[in-house]
Amino acid sequence: MLQPLAQNIVYGILIGSLYGLAALGLSLVFGVSKFLNVSHGELLMLGGYASFWLFKLLKIDPFISIPLTIIFLLLIGFILYRLIFSRLIKLDVEKKIQNSLLVGFGLSTIFQNIALRLWTADDRSITTVYSAKSLEFAGVRFPIVRLISLGIALIVLVGLQIFLKKTYTGKAIRATVEDWQSASLMGINIHSVYLLAFVLGCAIAGAAGTLVSICYSVDPSMGLNSSLKSMVVMVLGGLGSMVGTFVGGIILGVTESATAFFIGGNYRLIAGLVLFLIILIFRPQGLFGTKEGDR
Amino acid sequence: MKKNTTLLIALLITAALALVPLFIKKDNLLTYLCMILLFISLASSWNILGGYTGQVSLGHSAFFGLGALATRLLWFAGWNVILGMLVGGVIAIVFALLIGSPAFKLRGAYFTIGTLALGQILYATVGNLLPQISSMPVQDLQSYTLVTRYYLFLAIALITVLVAYLIANSRLGLGMMAVREQEDAAESLGVNAFRHKLIALLVSAFLAGLAGGAFAFFQIGYYPQYPFSPVWTLDSTMMAYVGGTGTILGPIIGAVFFVVLKEVLSLNLAEFHPTVFGILFILVVLFLPGGFMGLWSRIRDQIRKKRERAAEFSNT
Repeated sequence: MLQPLAQNIVYGILIGSLYGLAALGLSLVFGVSKFLNVSHGELLMLGGYASFWLFKLLKIDPFISIPLTIIFLLLIGFILYRLIFSRLIKLDVEKKIQNSLLVGFGLSTIFQNIALRLWTADDRSITTVYSAKSLEFAGVRFPIVRLISLGIALIVLVGLQIFLKKTYTGKAIRATVEDWQSASLMGINIHSVYLLAFVLGCAIAGAAGTLVSICYSVDPSMGLNSSLKSMVVMVLGGLGSMVGTFVGGIILGVTESATAFFIGGNYRLIAGLVLFLIILIFRPQGLFGTKEGDR
Repeated sequence: MKKNTTLLIALLITAALALVPLFIKKDNLLTYLCMILLFISLASSWNILGGYTGQVSLGHSAFFGLGALATRLLWFAGWNVILGMLVGGVIAIVFALLIGSPAFKLRGAYFTIGTLALGQILYATVGNLLPQISSMPVQDLQSYTLVTRYYLFLAIALITVLVAYLIANSRLGLGMMAVREQEDAAESLGVNAFRHKLIALLVSAFLAGLAGGAFAFFQIGYYPQYPFSPVWTLDSTMMAYVGGTGTILGPIIGAVFFVVLKEVLSLNLAEFHPTVFGILFILVVLFLPGGFMGLWSRIRDQIRKKRERAAEFSNT
């Protein structure tokens, strides 16, 4: 009983790190510009497919193709921002969240439809020569690809932290999150900050997508649930805390695998959503976030 | 005279729709009409909560699904279909009552996301509990007539549009619109925002439940999970937006447009119908907040202004 439980929790942590990574992108975009991009899950799917096809057609190792995926998603993000999201900047916060959400649904319908027609409804996953290998410790298995993915997720987290805390551009982003009007008066170009945060968010989604396609699988209809999970993690972690968001991802992963263990695999998604509703209603600022105005 | 003309046109269209089965014998054409009527019910019932009251809910399929589930079970158990549908509608109301007060603690986008999560919870749960396909028993199949289904869809679409119309033109409707425009200001003027939102939710849920019942009576075989699919919510939301939220005609136009567009595209672009509609939806959200109805009233204003200017010009 104990060993399978430990195994389950380990798997939960490993998948949770990917939830955390995906949510970092969503949280960054939402924190900076208040765009709630519900097509985030579709961007993740696109990243997964990009790596899948690079592997399948050109035999490029998926971990090596991550930079390519990131560039691809940066481009898509740039186009989406320029064509669509930049038009929502001037709206007041409430309207901005609402309209970005609606636009996001339009986008996810489009991406989902295109993916389905181009690449069929099949589940796709990348199987490399080392996919089946795993380390074992006290009878608990640690699949190598998932360990590497955890490592990459941590690298992105730390890199993002350093970028936001130490660099001038990162500080500009944080200043915009705090108070965009003052930031703008201090000479920060708000539009560039919004654009940068948006494309970074897309790139992170792309990287997460690649890791998902290596460790698990991608399919055209995965977007909605992926977006929901990212939102769950975002509210779990609370806004404005990148580490909190990442920990939120791991909490969701462990909750899901514990549910799978004790109740049944089919209830993984439901457990996460119930957790989400409870937090939304009782602690909307998230587990690790501070109430707005507390700062 | 304006009101009378509108009423006359509405009556004429209703009469025409009622006579349709006498002239159209082709089943596929009648099926399209059934779909249009179903989507009119769904988009219009969504519009009461999302359009008039401004609570953009993405959990509409939950009510549709509950109505379908209850009706299907009761009907197969030997109940009269209409009775089963009413029970389905009541179950949707009960569910709406249960979720209403926690859900309305959430405002704006959080409400939207919360209702989406609720819808997904129900979708997944029903899929887990009832994984088997639900097929009509043989004796029901033998007595199956499309025309009966058509009239049922027509009746529900009429009821839904009528209820939406009556609400929109009542004190209650004004309160709902006040909540939509400025919730705090409405509260300060004595409008009980929570009560208005809850009533909108209950009415919307009941009507969606009825539509679900009609769907259960219409569809020969489907997975019980299917009516709970988020696609129903997203489609009806997009229809209401494209046609124009917060208007009576908007969701109707949106629904007709959606189904007709699908048919037009079926010749060469059928598979990309969601993409085309998705692009249209984004364009409406970005540039045409009032949808087709908003565009129409803008054009009308322009024409009126031009006429006035022309009249002024000829006077001088």
